[in-house]
Amino acid sequence: MSAAETVPAIELSGLGRRYGERTALRDLSLKLPAGATLAVLGANGAGKTTLLRILAGLLRPHDGRARVLGLDLPREAPLLRGRVGLLGNEPLLYRDLSARENLRFHAGLHRVDPAQAEALLGQVGMDTRADEPLRALSRGMVQRVAVCRAVLHDPELLLLDEPLAHLDPAAADAAEPLIGPGSARRVDSAPRTRVAVSHDPGAAIADAQLVLGLRAGVRMLLGPADAISAEQIEGLYR
Amino acid sequence: MSAVSTLVRKDLLLELRKRESVPAMALFSLSAFVLFHFGINRSSVDGDLAAGLLWVTLLLASLLGVGRLFVAERDEEGFDAIRLAPVDASALLAAKSLSLLAFLAIVEVVAIPGFAILLLGPALLPALPGLLAVLALADIGIAVVGTLASALAVQTRARELIVALMGLPLLVPVALGAARASAPLLQAGGPGALPGRWLGLLGLYDLVFALVAYAVFDYLLDD
Repeated sequence: MSAAETVPAIELSGLGRRYGERTALRDLSLKLPAGATLAVLGANGAGKTTLLRILAGLLRPHDGRARVLGLDLPREAPLLRGRVGLLGNEPLLYRDLSARENLRFHAGLHRVDPAQAEALLGQVGMDTRADEPLRALSRGMVQRVAVCRAVLHDPELLLLDEPLAHLDPAAADAAEPLIGPGSARRVDSAPRTRVAVSHDPGAAIADAQLVLGLRAGVRMLLGPADAISAEQIEGLYR
Repeated sequence: MSAVSTLVRKDLLLELRKRESVPAMALFSLSAFVLFHFGINRSSVDGDLAAGLLWVTLLLASLLGVGRLFVAERDEEGFDAIRLAPVDASALLAAKSLSLLAFLAIVEVVAIPGFAILLLGPALLPALPGLLAVLALADIGIAVVGTLASALAVQTRARELIVALMGLPLLVPVALGAARASAPLLQAGGPGALPGRWLGLLGLYDLVFALVAYAVFDYLLDD
Protein backbone atom coordinates (compact mmCIF):
# COMPACT_ATOMS: atom_id res chain seq x y z
CA MET A 1 0.00 0.00 0.00
CA SER A 2 1.48 3.38 -1.02
CA ALA A 3 1.82 6.34 1.30
CA ALA A 4 -0.82 8.22 -0.69
CA GLU A 5 -3.33 5.45 -0.02
CA THR A 6 -2.59 5.26 3.71
CA VAL A 7 -2.90 9.02 4.35
CA PRO A 8 -6.59 10.03 4.30
CA ALA A 9 -7.42 12.64 1.68
CA ILE A 10 -9.57 14.40 4.26
CA GLU A 11 -9.23 14.19 8.01
CA LEU A 12 -11.45 16.34 10.22
CA SER A 13 -11.34 16.42 13.98
CA GLY A 14 -13.76 18.47 16.08
CA LEU A 15 -14.25 20.90 13.20
CA GLY A 16 -16.41 23.95 13.92
CA ARG A 17 -17.32 27.20 12.24
CA ARG A 18 -19.53 30.09 13.31
CA TYR A 19 -20.97 33.13 11.52
CA GLY A 20 -21.32 35.65 14.30
CA GLU A 21 -23.60 34.06 16.90
CA ARG A 22 -24.81 31.32 14.57
CA THR A 23 -23.06 27.97 14.53
CA ALA A 24 -22.71 26.64 10.99
CA LEU A 25 -20.70 23.53 11.84
CA ARG A 26 -20.07 21.90 15.20
CA ASP A 27 -17.62 19.23 16.32
CA LEU A 28 -17.35 17.39 13.01
CA SER A 29 -14.89 14.52 12.77
CA LEU A 30 -14.35 12.12 9.87
CA LYS A 31 -11.76 10.49 7.66
CA LEU A 32 -12.10 10.00 3.91
CA PRO A 33 -9.60 7.78 2.08
CA ALA A 34 -7.98 9.03 -1.13
CA GLY A 35 -10.05 8.18 -4.21
CA ALA A 36 -13.29 7.74 -2.24
CA THR A 37 -16.51 9.72 -2.46
CA LEU A 38 -18.21 11.35 0.51
CA ALA A 39 -21.89 12.22 0.06
CA VAL A 40 -23.00 15.15 2.22
CA LEU A 41 -26.73 15.32 2.87
CA GLY A 42 -28.90 17.73 4.80
CA ALA A 43 -31.59 20.35 4.51
CA ASN A 44 -30.90 23.96 3.53
CA GLY A 45 -28.70 25.67 6.11
CA ALA A 46 -27.34 22.39 7.46
CA GLY A 47 -23.71 23.50 6.97
CA LYS A 48 -22.93 21.63 3.76
CA THR A 49 -21.61 24.61 1.80
CA THR A 50 -19.63 25.82 4.81
CA LEU A 51 -17.96 22.41 4.95
CA LEU A 52 -17.06 22.55 1.25
CA ARG A 53 -15.60 26.05 1.62
CA ILE A 54 -13.47 24.99 4.57
CA LEU A 55 -12.21 21.95 2.62
CA ALA A 56 -11.37 24.22 -0.32
CA GLY A 57 -9.28 26.45 1.94
CA LEU A 58 -11.61 29.40 1.34
CA LEU A 59 -12.96 29.59 4.88
CA ARG A 60 -11.13 29.33 8.18
CA PRO A 61 -12.44 26.79 10.68
CA HIS A 62 -12.92 28.30 14.15
CA ASP A 63 -12.55 25.06 16.09
CA GLY A 64 -10.89 21.72 15.59
CA ARG A 65 -8.55 20.52 12.93
CA ALA A 66 -8.88 20.03 9.19
CA ARG A 67 -6.29 18.18 7.17
CA VAL A 68 -6.87 18.06 3.40
CA LEU A 69 -4.55 16.25 0.98
CA GLY A 70 -2.01 16.07 3.81
CA LEU A 71 -2.10 19.81 4.49
CA ASP A 72 -3.20 21.45 7.74
CA LEU A 73 -5.82 24.13 7.19
CA PRO A 74 -5.79 27.07 7.36
CA ARG A 75 -2.03 27.21 8.01
CA GLU A 76 -1.09 25.42 4.79
CA ALA A 77 -4.07 26.56 2.71
CA PRO A 78 -1.87 28.36 0.13
CA LEU A 79 -0.24 25.00 -0.69
CA LEU A 80 -3.68 23.53 -1.39
CA ARG A 81 -4.30 26.01 -4.21
CA GLY A 82 -4.45 24.31 -7.57
CA ARG A 83 -5.07 20.86 -6.06
CA VAL A 84 -8.81 21.27 -5.43
CA GLY A 85 -11.66 21.72 -7.89
CA LEU A 86 -14.77 23.45 -6.57
CA LEU A 87 -18.09 23.32 -8.36
CA GLY A 88 -20.44 25.24 -6.11
CA ASN A 89 -23.58 27.31 -6.24
CA GLU A 90 -21.78 30.00 -8.21
CA PRO A 91 -20.03 29.11 -11.48
CA LEU A 92 -16.96 31.28 -10.64
CA LEU A 93 -17.03 32.60 -14.19
CA TYR A 94 -17.29 36.13 -15.59
CA ARG A 95 -20.63 36.69 -17.29
CA ASP A 96 -19.25 39.25 -19.74
CA LEU A 97 -16.59 36.89 -21.04
CA SER A 98 -17.23 33.94 -23.31
CA ALA A 99 -16.82 30.32 -22.26
CA ARG A 100 -13.54 30.16 -24.17
CA GLU A 101 -12.21 33.40 -22.63
CA ASN A 102 -13.20 32.25 -19.15
CA LEU A 103 -11.51 28.89 -19.50
CA ARG A 104 -8.40 30.43 -21.05
CA PHE A 105 -8.28 32.80 -18.08
CA HIS A 106 -8.46 29.87 -15.65
CA ALA A 107 -5.92 27.93 -17.71
CA GLY A 108 -3.58 30.90 -17.33
CA LEU A 109 -4.09 31.03 -13.56
CA HIS A 110 -3.48 27.30 -13.20
CA ARG A 111 -0.70 27.22 -15.82
CA VAL A 112 -2.59 24.66 -17.89
CA ASP A 113 -2.26 24.30 -21.67
CA PRO A 114 -5.21 26.24 -23.22
CA ALA A 115 -5.69 23.26 -25.55
CA GLN A 116 -7.05 21.45 -22.51
CA ALA A 117 -9.82 24.04 -22.26
CA GLU A 118 -10.74 23.43 -25.89
CA ALA A 119 -10.87 19.68 -25.33
CA LEU A 120 -13.14 20.08 -22.30
CA LEU A 121 -15.48 22.46 -24.13
CA GLY A 122 -15.86 19.83 -26.83
CA GLN A 123 -16.45 17.13 -24.25
CA VAL A 124 -19.42 18.97 -22.70
CA GLY A 125 -20.82 20.04 -26.08
CA MET A 126 -20.03 23.73 -25.66
CA ASP A 127 -17.53 24.13 -28.47
CA THR A 128 -20.09 25.59 -30.87
CA ARG A 129 -21.17 28.33 -28.45
CA ALA A 130 -17.81 28.91 -26.82
CA ASP A 131 -17.45 32.47 -28.12
CA GLU A 132 -20.74 33.85 -26.81
CA PRO A 133 -20.69 35.82 -23.56
CA LEU A 134 -21.97 33.72 -20.69
CA ARG A 135 -24.76 36.21 -19.99
CA ALA A 136 -26.28 35.15 -23.34
CA LEU A 137 -26.30 31.46 -22.36
CA SER A 138 -28.79 29.45 -20.33
CA ARG A 139 -28.00 28.49 -16.73
CA GLY A 140 -27.47 24.90 -17.83
CA MET A 141 -24.91 25.91 -20.43
CA VAL A 142 -23.08 28.06 -17.90
CA GLN A 143 -23.04 25.05 -15.57
CA ARG A 144 -21.40 22.96 -18.32
CA VAL A 145 -18.66 25.59 -18.58
CA ALA A 146 -18.35 25.59 -14.78
CA VAL A 147 -17.81 21.81 -14.90
CA CYS A 148 -14.94 22.40 -17.35
CA ARG A 149 -13.54 25.10 -15.07
CA ALA A 150 -13.64 22.82 -12.03
CA VAL A 151 -11.62 20.02 -13.67
CA LEU A 152 -9.44 22.08 -16.03
CA HIS A 153 -6.40 21.82 -13.74
CA ASP A 154 -6.89 18.10 -13.09
CA PRO A 155 -7.55 18.44 -9.32
CA GLU A 156 -6.93 15.64 -6.86
CA LEU A 157 -9.99 16.59 -4.81
CA LEU A 158 -13.35 17.60 -6.26
CA LEU A 159 -15.80 19.50 -4.08
CA LEU A 160 -19.24 19.41 -5.66
CA ASP A 161 -22.33 21.28 -4.54
CA GLU A 162 -25.33 20.05 -6.49
CA PRO A 163 -23.11 19.61 -9.57
CA LEU A 164 -25.84 18.38 -11.89
CA ALA A 165 -28.29 21.16 -11.02
CA HIS A 166 -29.51 22.93 -14.16
CA LEU A 167 -28.10 20.23 -16.45
CA ASP A 168 -30.36 18.35 -18.84
CA PRO A 169 -29.92 14.55 -19.01
CA ALA A 170 -27.59 14.73 -22.03
CA ALA A 171 -25.42 17.39 -20.39
CA ALA A 172 -25.37 15.41 -17.14
CA ASP A 173 -24.18 12.36 -19.08
CA ALA A 174 -21.45 14.46 -20.70
CA ALA A 175 -20.33 15.80 -17.32
CA GLU A 176 -20.33 12.38 -15.67
CA PRO A 177 -16.84 11.27 -16.84
CA LEU A 178 -15.42 14.58 -15.66
CA ILE A 179 -16.96 14.87 -12.20
CA GLY A 180 -18.81 11.59 -11.61
CA PRO A 181 -17.73 8.82 -9.26
CA GLY A 182 -15.69 7.15 -12.00
CA SER A 183 -13.77 10.32 -12.87
CA ALA A 184 -10.03 9.91 -12.86
CA ARG A 185 -7.11 12.29 -12.97
CA ARG A 186 -5.56 12.79 -16.41
CA VAL A 187 -2.03 12.72 -15.06
CA ASP A 188 -2.06 9.23 -13.53
CA SER A 189 -5.59 7.86 -14.03
CA ALA A 190 -5.99 7.74 -10.25
CA PRO A 191 -9.60 8.15 -9.10
CA ARG A 192 -10.39 11.61 -7.78
CA THR A 193 -11.41 12.03 -4.17
CA ARG A 194 -14.89 13.58 -4.19
CA VAL A 195 -17.08 15.35 -1.70
CA ALA A 196 -20.54 15.75 -3.19
CA VAL A 197 -23.38 17.73 -1.67
CA SER A 198 -26.75 16.66 -2.96
CA HIS A 199 -30.46 16.99 -2.34
CA ASP A 200 -31.02 13.68 -4.12
CA PRO A 201 -30.08 11.23 -1.34
CA GLY A 202 -30.70 8.11 -3.43
CA ALA A 203 -28.33 9.09 -6.23
CA ALA A 204 -25.76 10.56 -3.82
CA ILE A 205 -25.59 7.41 -1.70
CA ALA A 206 -25.36 5.18 -4.79
CA ASP A 207 -22.22 7.09 -5.88
CA ALA A 208 -20.55 7.30 -2.47
CA GLN A 209 -18.52 5.12 -0.13
CA LEU A 210 -19.16 7.31 2.92
CA VAL A 211 -22.24 9.33 3.82
CA LEU A 212 -22.40 12.34 6.13
CA GLY A 213 -25.74 13.75 7.24
CA LEU A 214 -25.88 17.23 8.76
CA ARG A 215 -28.64 19.08 10.52
CA ALA A 216 -28.12 22.65 11.76
CA GLY A 217 -24.36 22.13 11.59
CA VAL A 218 -24.39 18.97 13.68
CA ARG A 219 -23.47 15.53 12.41
CA MET A 220 -26.59 13.40 12.50
CA LEU A 221 -25.20 10.40 10.67
CA LEU A 222 -21.89 9.20 9.35
CA GLY A 223 -21.21 5.79 7.95
CA PRO A 224 -20.58 3.57 4.96
CA ALA A 225 -23.05 4.18 2.15
CA ASP A 226 -24.34 0.60 2.23
CA ALA A 227 -25.20 0.85 5.93
CA ILE A 228 -27.41 3.94 5.72
CA SER A 229 -31.14 3.32 6.06
CA ALA A 230 -34.01 5.24 4.49
CA GLU A 231 -35.24 6.20 7.98
CA GLN A 232 -31.92 7.81 8.80
CA ILE A 233 -32.10 9.88 5.59
CA GLU A 234 -35.67 10.95 6.28
CA GLY A 235 -34.63 12.05 9.76
CA LEU A 236 -32.25 14.60 8.25
CA TYR A 237 -35.00 16.48 6.47
CA ARG A 238 -37.74 16.40 9.14
CA MET B 1 1.61 33.58 -19.62
CA SER B 2 2.20 34.63 -16.00
CA ALA B 3 -0.63 34.97 -13.51
CA VAL B 4 -0.17 38.76 -13.50
CA SER B 5 -0.52 39.06 -17.27
CA THR B 6 -3.47 36.64 -17.22
CA LEU B 7 -5.26 38.79 -14.63
CA VAL B 8 -4.46 42.07 -16.40
CA ARG B 9 -5.64 40.69 -19.72
CA LYS B 10 -8.91 39.62 -18.11
CA ASP B 11 -9.44 43.07 -16.53
CA LEU B 12 -8.79 44.85 -19.83
CA LEU B 13 -11.07 42.46 -21.68
CA LEU B 14 -13.86 43.00 -19.12
CA GLU B 15 -13.45 46.78 -19.36
CA LEU B 16 -13.55 46.57 -23.14
CA ARG B 17 -16.83 44.62 -22.92
CA LYS B 18 -18.54 46.55 -20.13
CA ARG B 19 -17.03 50.03 -20.62
CA GLU B 20 -17.86 51.06 -17.09
CA SER B 21 -14.72 52.58 -15.55
CA VAL B 22 -12.71 54.34 -18.26
CA PRO B 23 -15.61 56.19 -19.95
CA ALA B 24 -16.92 57.32 -16.55
CA MET B 25 -13.48 58.57 -15.48
CA ALA B 26 -12.89 60.37 -18.79
CA LEU B 27 -16.34 61.95 -18.84
CA PHE B 28 -15.96 63.08 -15.24
CA SER B 29 -12.62 64.74 -16.05
CA LEU B 30 -13.95 66.57 -19.09
CA SER B 31 -17.11 67.64 -17.25
CA ALA B 32 -15.04 68.97 -14.36
CA PHE B 33 -12.85 70.98 -16.74
CA VAL B 34 -15.98 72.47 -18.37
CA LEU B 35 -17.35 73.36 -14.92
CA PHE B 36 -14.04 74.93 -13.88
CA HIS B 37 -13.93 76.83 -17.17
CA PHE B 38 -17.21 78.54 -16.38
CA GLY B 39 -17.06 78.36 -12.58
CA ILE B 40 -13.81 80.26 -12.01
CA ASN B 41 -14.78 82.84 -14.61
CA ARG B 42 -11.40 82.77 -16.35
CA SER B 43 -10.75 81.79 -19.93
CA SER B 44 -7.36 80.28 -19.08
CA VAL B 45 -5.22 79.27 -16.12
CA ASP B 46 -1.50 78.62 -15.62
CA GLY B 47 1.08 77.79 -12.97
CA ASP B 48 -0.08 76.70 -9.51
CA LEU B 49 -3.78 77.11 -10.28
CA ALA B 50 -3.58 75.06 -13.49
CA ALA B 51 -1.64 72.29 -11.75
CA GLY B 52 -4.05 72.27 -8.82
CA LEU B 53 -7.16 72.05 -11.02
CA LEU B 54 -5.60 69.34 -13.17
CA TRP B 55 -4.55 67.09 -10.28
CA VAL B 56 -7.66 67.49 -8.14
CA THR B 57 -9.74 66.53 -11.20
CA LEU B 58 -7.55 63.54 -12.08
CA LEU B 59 -7.53 62.31 -8.47
CA LEU B 60 -11.32 62.52 -8.14
CA ALA B 61 -11.77 60.84 -11.52
CA SER B 62 -9.44 58.04 -10.49
CA LEU B 63 -11.71 57.26 -7.52
CA LEU B 64 -14.43 56.21 -9.95
CA GLY B 65 -12.10 53.54 -11.33
CA VAL B 66 -10.84 52.61 -7.86
CA GLY B 67 -14.40 51.99 -6.66
CA ARG B 68 -15.07 49.52 -9.46
CA LEU B 69 -11.69 47.77 -9.53
CA PHE B 70 -12.78 44.61 -7.69
CA VAL B 71 -16.50 44.70 -8.47
CA ALA B 72 -16.34 41.88 -11.02
CA GLU B 73 -14.47 39.73 -8.49
CA ARG B 74 -17.05 40.44 -5.80
CA ASP B 75 -20.16 40.07 -7.95
CA GLU B 76 -19.05 36.96 -9.80
CA GLU B 77 -17.11 35.21 -7.03
CA GLY B 78 -13.84 35.87 -8.82
CA PHE B 79 -12.05 36.09 -5.46
CA ASP B 80 -12.85 32.41 -4.84
CA ALA B 81 -11.68 31.45 -8.33
CA ILE B 82 -8.39 33.26 -7.81
CA ARG B 83 -7.91 31.88 -4.29
CA LEU B 84 -8.42 28.35 -5.62
CA ALA B 85 -5.60 28.84 -8.13
CA PRO B 86 -1.89 28.73 -7.34
CA VAL B 87 -1.67 32.51 -7.48
CA ASP B 88 -0.04 34.70 -4.82
CA ALA B 89 -1.95 37.65 -3.42
CA SER B 90 0.98 39.77 -4.59
CA ALA B 91 0.21 38.74 -8.20
CA LEU B 92 -3.36 39.99 -7.77
CA LEU B 93 -2.08 43.23 -6.23
CA ALA B 94 0.34 43.75 -9.12
CA ALA B 95 -2.29 42.88 -11.72
CA LYS B 96 -4.96 45.18 -10.29
CA SER B 97 -2.46 48.02 -9.92
CA LEU B 98 -1.36 47.57 -13.54
CA SER B 99 -4.98 47.47 -14.72
CA LEU B 100 -5.76 50.69 -12.86
CA LEU B 101 -2.57 52.22 -14.23
CA ALA B 102 -3.73 51.33 -17.76
CA PHE B 103 -7.17 52.85 -17.09
CA LEU B 104 -5.55 56.06 -15.80
CA ALA B 105 -3.24 56.27 -18.81
CA ILE B 106 -6.17 55.92 -21.23
CA VAL B 107 -8.20 58.54 -19.33
CA GLU B 108 -5.27 60.96 -19.37
CA VAL B 109 -4.91 60.60 -23.15
CA VAL B 110 -8.36 62.19 -23.31
CA ALA B 111 -8.27 64.40 -20.20
CA ILE B 112 -4.92 66.19 -20.70
CA PRO B 113 -5.76 67.50 -24.21
CA GLY B 114 -9.22 68.37 -22.89
CA PHE B 115 -7.60 70.34 -20.06
CA ALA B 116 -5.31 72.10 -22.55
CA ILE B 117 -8.25 73.10 -24.75
CA LEU B 118 -10.69 74.14 -22.03
CA LEU B 119 -8.47 75.70 -19.38
CA LEU B 120 -4.74 75.79 -19.92
CA GLY B 121 -3.27 79.10 -21.03
CA PRO B 122 0.30 78.12 -21.99
CA ALA B 123 0.90 75.64 -24.80
CA LEU B 124 0.80 72.00 -23.69
CA LEU B 125 3.41 70.55 -26.04
CA PRO B 126 6.54 72.13 -24.52
CA ALA B 127 5.43 70.96 -21.06
CA LEU B 128 4.50 67.48 -22.16
CA PRO B 129 7.80 65.59 -21.60
CA GLY B 130 8.05 66.80 -18.00
CA LEU B 131 4.34 66.33 -17.43
CA LEU B 132 4.59 62.71 -18.61
CA ALA B 133 7.22 62.04 -15.94
CA VAL B 134 4.97 63.54 -13.24
CA LEU B 135 1.95 61.63 -14.58
CA ALA B 136 3.86 58.35 -14.51
CA LEU B 137 5.02 58.74 -10.90
CA ALA B 138 1.67 60.03 -9.66
CA ASP B 139 -0.28 57.34 -11.51
CA ILE B 140 1.81 54.58 -9.93
CA GLY B 141 0.97 55.98 -6.49
CA ILE B 142 -2.73 56.27 -7.31
CA ALA B 143 -2.77 52.74 -8.74
CA VAL B 144 -1.11 51.13 -5.71
CA VAL B 145 -3.05 53.03 -3.04
CA GLY B 146 -6.25 52.75 -5.10
CA THR B 147 -5.87 48.97 -5.32
CA LEU B 148 -5.37 48.77 -1.57
CA ALA B 149 -8.39 50.97 -0.82
CA SER B 150 -10.52 49.13 -3.35
CA ALA B 151 -9.68 45.69 -1.94
CA LEU B 152 -10.73 46.91 1.49
CA ALA B 153 -13.84 48.74 0.34
CA VAL B 154 -15.20 46.00 -1.90
CA GLN B 155 -15.94 43.80 1.11
CA THR B 156 -18.18 46.50 2.58
CA ARG B 157 -21.66 47.71 1.67
CA ALA B 158 -20.66 51.39 1.46
CA ARG B 159 -18.01 50.75 -1.19
CA GLU B 160 -17.92 54.25 -2.75
CA LEU B 161 -17.90 55.95 0.64
CA ILE B 162 -15.05 53.80 1.98
CA VAL B 163 -13.02 54.37 -1.20
CA ALA B 164 -13.40 58.13 -0.80
CA LEU B 165 -12.84 58.14 2.97
CA MET B 166 -9.76 55.93 2.73
CA GLY B 167 -8.40 56.86 -0.65
CA LEU B 168 -8.53 60.65 -0.53
CA PRO B 169 -6.53 61.18 2.68
CA LEU B 170 -3.97 58.60 1.57
CA LEU B 171 -3.65 60.30 -1.81
CA VAL B 172 -3.08 63.84 -0.43
CA PRO B 173 0.71 63.45 -0.79
CA VAL B 174 0.20 62.46 -4.46
CA ALA B 175 -1.98 65.52 -5.08
CA LEU B 176 0.55 67.73 -3.32
CA GLY B 177 3.63 66.26 -5.02
CA ALA B 178 2.09 66.08 -8.47
CA ALA B 179 0.66 69.61 -8.33
CA ARG B 180 3.91 71.11 -7.06
CA ALA B 181 5.94 69.19 -9.63
CA SER B 182 3.59 70.21 -12.48
CA ALA B 183 3.24 73.90 -11.60
CA PRO B 184 6.57 75.07 -13.08
CA LEU B 185 5.79 73.10 -16.25
CA LEU B 186 2.51 74.95 -16.72
CA GLN B 187 3.67 78.50 -15.97
CA ALA B 188 2.78 81.31 -18.36
CA GLY B 189 6.28 82.07 -19.65
CA GLY B 190 6.96 78.51 -20.82
CA PRO B 191 7.93 75.38 -18.88
CA GLY B 192 10.51 75.69 -16.14
CA ALA B 193 12.74 72.93 -14.81
CA LEU B 194 11.20 69.88 -13.19
CA PRO B 195 11.45 70.21 -9.42
CA GLY B 196 13.45 67.14 -8.40
CA ARG B 197 12.36 67.43 -4.75
CA TRP B 198 8.69 66.83 -5.60
CA LEU B 199 9.46 64.08 -8.08
CA GLY B 200 11.54 62.46 -5.35
CA LEU B 201 8.59 62.72 -2.95
CA LEU B 202 6.33 60.99 -5.49
CA GLY B 203 8.90 58.26 -6.08
CA LEU B 204 9.35 57.70 -2.34
CA TYR B 205 5.57 57.61 -1.84
CA ASP B 206 5.25 54.99 -4.59
CA LEU B 207 7.96 52.85 -3.03
CA VAL B 208 6.60 53.06 0.53
CA PHE B 209 3.02 52.26 -0.45
CA ALA B 210 4.08 49.45 -2.78
CA LEU B 211 5.83 47.84 0.19
CA VAL B 212 2.88 48.48 2.53
CA ALA B 213 0.44 47.04 -0.01
CA TYR B 214 2.64 43.98 -0.53
CA ALA B 215 2.78 43.41 3.23
CA VAL B 216 -0.95 43.70 3.96
CA PHE B 217 -2.70 42.62 0.76
CA ASP B 218 -2.85 38.93 1.66
CA TYR B 219 -4.78 39.75 4.86
CA LEU B 220 -7.34 41.80 2.95
CA LEU B 221 -8.32 38.78 0.87
CA ASP B 222 -8.52 36.35 3.78
CA ASP B 223 -11.98 35.46 5.10
